[in-house]
Amino acid sequence: MIRLQVNDQEHELTADPAMPLLWVLRDLLGLTGTKYGCGISLCGACTVLADGEPVRSCTTPLSEVSGKKITTIEGLSKDRSHPVQQAWIEEQVPQCGYCQSGQILSAVALLTRKPRPSDADVDEAMSDVLCRCGTYPRIRRAIRRAASIAEKDA
Amino acid sequence: MPRLAVTRREFMRISAALGGGLLIGIQLDTRARADATDTATAAAADEMFAPNVWLTITPDDVVSIRVASSEMGQGVMTALPMLIAEELDADWDTVHAEFAPINPAYANPIFGRQQTGGSTAVRGYWRALREAGAVGREVLLTAAAQTWGVAVETCRAERGQVSHADSGRSLRYGALARRAAGLPVPESVFLKEPSQFTLLGRAIPRLDIPAKVDGSAGFGSDVKLPGLLTATVARCPVFGGKPGKVNDKRAKSVAGVRKVVAISSGIAVVADHFWAARQGREALDIDWAPGPAAKLDSAAITARLAELADTGTVGRNDGDAERALAAAGRRLEAVYEVPYLAHACMEPMNCTADVRTDRCDIWVPTQAQTRVHQTAMRLTGLPADKVQVHSTYLGGGFGRRGEQDFVIDAIEISRAVGAPVKVLWTREDDIQHDFYRPGTYNRLAAALDEQGMPLAWRHRIAGPSISQRDATARETSGSDFSATEGALNLPYTIPNILVSYARVNSAVPVGYWRSVASSQNAFITECFLDEVAAAGGKDPYELRRALLGEQPRLRAVLELAAAKAGWGSPAAAGRFRGIAVAESFRSYVAQVAEVSIGGGKPRVHRVVCAIDCGMTVNPDTIAAQMESAIVFGLTAALKGEISIADGRVVQSNFHDYPLLRLDECPDIEVYIVPSEADPGGVGEPGTPPIAPAVANAVFAATGKPVRRLPIRL
Repeated sequence: MIRLQVNDQEHELTADPAMPLLWVLRDLLGLTGTKYGCGISLCGACTVLADGEPVRSCTTPLSEVSGKKITTIEGLSKDRSHPVQQAWIEEQVPQCGYCQSGQILSAVALLTRKPRPSDADVDEAMSDVLCRCGTYPRIRRAIRRAASIAEKDA
Repeated sequence: MPRLAVTRREFMRISAALGGGLLIGIQLDTRARADATDTATAAAADEMFAPNVWLTITPDDVVSIRVASSEMGQGVMTALPMLIAEELDADWDTVHAEFAPINPAYANPIFGRQQTGGSTAVRGYWRALREAGAVGREVLLTAAAQTWGVAVETCRAERGQVSHADSGRSLRYGALARRAAGLPVPESVFLKEPSQFTLLGRAIPRLDIPAKVDGSAGFGSDVKLPGLLTATVARCPVFGGKPGKVNDKRAKSVAGVRKVVAISSGIAVVADHFWAARQGREALDIDWAPGPAAKLDSAAITARLAELADTGTVGRNDGDAERALAAAGRRLEAVYEVPYLAHACMEPMNCTADVRTDRCDIWVPTQAQTRVHQTAMRLTGLPADKVQVHSTYLGGGFGRRGEQDFVIDAIEISRAVGAPVKVLWTREDDIQHDFYRPGTYNRLAAALDEQGMPLAWRHRIAGPSISQRDATARETSGSDFSATEGALNLPYTIPNILVSYARVNSAVPVGYWRSVASSQNAFITECFLDEVAAAGGKDPYELRRALLGEQPRLRAVLELAAAKAGWGSPAAAGRFRGIAVAESFRSYVAQVAEVSIGGGKPRVHRVVCAIDCGMTVNPDTIAAQMESAIVFGLTAALKGEISIADGRVVQSNFHDYPLLRLDECPDIEVYIVPSEADPGGVGEPGTPPIAPAVANAVFAATGKPVRRLPIRL
């Protein structure tokens, strides 16, 4: 039995401890906002937060996150009110949208660590999250906007 | 039959010529009522205003608009509803967009079937959707006039309500829905003049974006059904190979694995969830029979293309290029090559099927609903009305999702196991079993006159054909658009032009990839033109301007991009500019790239893009699609290469098939030429010019022409 806390909800799972968190979330808990892109930590589509830190759920075994607080895109806010979600809407970032959960959670982790990130900080934090639609220019703008929304809210 | 709706301006012109009254008695093809097989629709039919298949208005004041194109990021979920809402004078805040079901009424007029590709969504539907909206508006006006007992001419529709100025009364569309539902639809309608637009031409926020920031947007891989199983398929790595001896004992012992079944594409492992299916697949013991392609490799493919390059069929022959080349004092020759490319949609291929004896349901991220419907009918033997295709959001498409391979997988597996099954491809499957953008080999030659102007142009293409599998008899190889687009329509005024194409297919499957043949031919022609400019001592921009006298729209975007990029003024130290143009999918695009060279690699700092795509539906979507197409094309220009060894694809995931990253993304500026021309495409036309713009900047920096992609210094 493995205990897992996802979006403030407790789960007790009898799954294989080697099962990647991604498939636990998607196939066992029905939280399909987290996406499969490459399976080997190269694209970032599966990024979730574990105790606030971004992790690649596709290569993170369930046993490694036992007892940690997992946040997925579904748990970021109840009403798309998180500053990063607001900024993503205002800057009209998503196209196909498939990679955006990973983009948004990576941006949340960046802004938690650095509320006013430099361009170099953004490059460093976001360059391992791939987007085939090319939303990168808007991601850059949206992170700047999210920082100022968060500052106003604070 | 003539088109049915006209603008007032057209009406005045036609009426003046023919004495008026022309429109009376013409049938509107948008009059077909929404199909009542939809149960929700049928239940509320008398409450609901549904003047045609495209829109319904319910008493709760919701305007539901059906979108027949697939939403794969290009913004059709918003652009197509905008066309209806504009003519309907709907209140945009009440508009709800939904995927259309499978039905011939939803066919894209350009294809005659439900399909998304070739940048055709707005181009194909814009007229029909505007008519559909205008019909709705006319009926709502009549309903209001009847309610109040006033003349319809004294009523006015605006932002989701009809008002009567004289009496100060107004009614929301929702309040008029029931009465409107009982009224006949008009025989003819007027469309607005551009000056009357309140939505078209405005940067309206996309309707699909809220669901794409909270994880609720439903992609194909997210489909949930009671009792749904997940499958993954082991495919022979060699193209055309088949499984020989299969031992599935270990696979079946993996916890969660239910069944192992042979299907036409390989061996499917069916399990409770993907993790079990994948582990089961890895535990399969298969002796593959690789077949005749076992020794195929990239070098052999290229050698064959080179050998056959001069044997092509001529698709364009202006003047006498051969004679001009033979007689020329100054002659230029070069070989250009491009590799096979994978689509690499972020969402790997997938499809969910529930095949039963009496019906079949398919949930699929597809660009080709009609084909999916036909595939399912063919495989199951069920009639059309027993097969339902449920569209989902697409995690990227780029041409890949018009194919049927993943659909066939799901249907065969569901039928074999007697349960609903989702087949999900791994990233490795996706990279190694794609329908690739063709690799081609090209011999170019040009003759220059004494002033350094091109006198003759010869382009001999050799490569595989995409369209041959669909349309063998329709086209001769010389004009096969899937290989010659972007080369055959060379826009420049040159007296002698010869373009030929040799169809040389191999075991590597090829398919439609964002902007199709223009994706490679714009690189080849626009880079060779820079070689011609250099040989003739001309500025690349000035030479293009001089040669585009017969192409005013292309010349206008060239001039706009050059002006905005500061062409002619010195670039910052260490930076070099390249310029390129391309017409594709009825849109005209010019781009200027600013590049520096560092660490043996080009770095793209800035891209200025000008587009003329005719009438503007949503300028922010146009800008987004230019950004998208440029980033997509930069991956191809700087990184993309699929190579073949031992009959199989060498690359397998993003470590060896990398995509452009955020820290490599240039600043992109987009300028849209104002136009009232019929709409052109938007999803693809931004891709063709970027590789040559960057390659030409590299040529400017190094003095060495770039003749092969991806760019390697």
